[in-house]
Amino acid sequence: MKKEINPEDFASCPLPISSHDTIQLAHGSGGKMMNDLVQKLFLWAFDNNQLNRQDDNAVIEIYGNRFTFTTDSFVVDPIFFPDSDIGELAVNGTVNDISIGGAVPLYLSVGLIIEEGFPLEDLRKIVVSIKNAAHRADVSVVTGDTKVVNKGKGDKIFINTSGIGVIKHDFKIGPEYIKPGDVILINGGIAEHGIAVISKRENLAFETTVISDTAPLNNLIERIIEASGEAVHAMRDPTRGGVAATLNEFADISKVGIRIIEDRIPAKEAVRGACEILGFDPLYVANEGKLVVLVSKEKADAVLDAMRAHPLGKEAAIIGEVISDNPGMVSMQTGIGGWRIVDMPVGEQLPRIC
Amino acid sequence: MKYIDEFRDPALARKILAEIESVTTRDWVIMEVCGGQTHALIKNGIDRLLPDKIELVHGPGCPVCVTPLELIDRALMIASIPDIIFASFGDMLRVPGSRKDLYMIKSEGGDVRVVYSPLDALKLARDNPDKKVVFFGVGFETTAPLTAMAVHQAQIEGLKNFYLLPSHMLVPPAITALLGSPANRVQGYLAAGHVCTVMGWEQYIPISEKYKVPIVVTGFEPIDLLEGILMVVKQLESGRHEVENQYSRVVKREGNRPAQELINKVFMISDRKWRGIGTIPRSGLSLRSEYSDYDAETAFKINDISVDEPPECISGLVLQGLKKPYECEAFGEKCTPQTPLGATMVSSEGACSAYYAYGRHNKRAAK
Repeated sequence: MKKEINPEDFASCPLPISSHDTIQLAHGSGGKMMNDLVQKLFLWAFDNNQLNRQDDNAVIEIYGNRFTFTTDSFVVDPIFFPDSDIGELAVNGTVNDISIGGAVPLYLSVGLIIEEGFPLEDLRKIVVSIKNAAHRADVSVVTGDTKVVNKGKGDKIFINTSGIGVIKHDFKIGPEYIKPGDVILINGGIAEHGIAVISKRENLAFETTVISDTAPLNNLIERIIEASGEAVHAMRDPTRGGVAATLNEFADISKVGIRIIEDRIPAKEAVRGACEILGFDPLYVANEGKLVVLVSKEKADAVLDAMRAHPLGKEAAIIGEVISDNPGMVSMQTGIGGWRIVDMPVGEQLPRIC
Repeated sequence: MKYIDEFRDPALARKILAEIESVTTRDWVIMEVCGGQTHALIKNGIDRLLPDKIELVHGPGCPVCVTPLELIDRALMIASIPDIIFASFGDMLRVPGSRKDLYMIKSEGGDVRVVYSPLDALKLARDNPDKKVVFFGVGFETTAPLTAMAVHQAQIEGLKNFYLLPSHMLVPPAITALLGSPANRVQGYLAAGHVCTVMGWEQYIPISEKYKVPIVVTGFEPIDLLEGILMVVKQLESGRHEVENQYSRVVKREGNRPAQELINKVFMISDRKWRGIGTIPRSGLSLRSEYSDYDAETAFKINDISVDEPPECISGLVLQGLKKPYECEAFGEKCTPQTPLGATMVSSEGACSAYYAYGRHNKRAAK
């Protein structure tokens, strides 16, 4: 901060801020600003069929076999939070991004960017978490990289993981295959990861500690595909931006309308309470072990049963449907019977004043 | 959730809605004063469940929205000074000043922190003795006791690196200003439950009597709002004008006396500029001279910044209940939460933002 203060910078022009010359936090928060960045910079620069699908993974064909390839970076603060840490998150996040396309995840890379002075004991804990998470998800960490940056030039530790998986069936899954009439399911209570992290960050103690829902979804997804066959049209793990962002992306990509019912969306009592206190809408809070599934109506019950039979889907529920009206729009019937729009989040959710 | 789900009961909501329907014989215009109420109404879709005869207009009770542009610019100037930690409630971060917002100051290296309570800002001051900590004290009577407590505590502890940029507004003078305006259309008020939790509701009696308007102190859950609307409509239909308390589980007639005493100890009543409305006499709080060392405006010499509002933004008319957000040409087109022209689009409590997020279809229907 060496900038001179010039009152004219502030007072001369009453125009609103419509674009930014620098990167803002909201550019990375999974909402509209990030979407703009992706559309205007990355898609423009790297323009190709795989990327233009804008799914969380790329599907590539090599010698007749279809593979899924994805990458994700993890910068969560705090790095240790209730019942989990950045290491487990980094494995599960990439495993899930591979699996949502219907692929079986096989191999991961792990890249570490560590700040000088970081305690070795903490690094050991994180590496053990990575090991255990990889074991649970039945994937191998086959390559990696370590960089250390000067103290103050990074925040403790950042992790990047990339991964590949193989698609073992011959049908296609992705947001572009969503159709009116599809039923929307979720495997359990929303907003747990986001609330776990923020309550640790803000040092908030609730009667019931909310723990992160981070989990590898590949096994659950295998069970779903067994039950649905090609009737499953799209799946996604609603991480940043929450269920609201995922449904808006689906509605936008597939040009359909989406209708959900507030009362049917599972959320733990403690999560709902924390959201009330913190001024957050749980629909916009991050998940790390949740799966939104869109499936043809005739297979919805079979998929729901398969989900409920799995340890990660006991609280699974049907939460809405795809319609042809209002393409691109997500609307919700509220608890008391009114209707509202569930819009794409703009940036980070900001706690309200009162 | 205990004590919340009871107030979101669909069966009870339907019952009250039916009663509102049956007692309403004429067109009525009702203002919900508080931005939190605006959001709850639209988030729950209540605006679309009410009979057509009842028109809700959204009042000036959104602290982010009524904070004048020049004060935002002053905040931005302070936040960009090196060695300052600027602490603010979350939803002030995206409010645009003339050219920047706090997010941009942060990305340029300014140390901007989101706090949930002014006391968290005080803790920042204690933990960072080599920095100056400035808290942006925004809000109505609801948050004023907390801000007062932080300043009072700073004095007790002898903290020399804590400052307040005060922007506390008072609700009754704003209601009086709106009622006194020749353009006023509002016939009944839902008073802000949380403000009354602190201040009580006695101060609304003279307003109700002078302007012959029903005022019902109302809470924030769907059942609260429906019940508040029903109580206002019943008064209007029977020609009464009284102050009634729907939010009696929280609000007492006299309010919270210790909180009021603390406000009076630290603050004095002063004139304040409201964004989009202008200066309203005796409508805000300023630090008393005993606490003037904590006043960021004098400490950082920023009193001379003054700016005008963007001409196309009609947030002033929206805040006065004279226009609906979708009646603005810029709404949803040039002005969105991502590119806000005015604070009513930025704050999650702002009427424009509430319409945009939850009820954009209203504009389509209107067109």
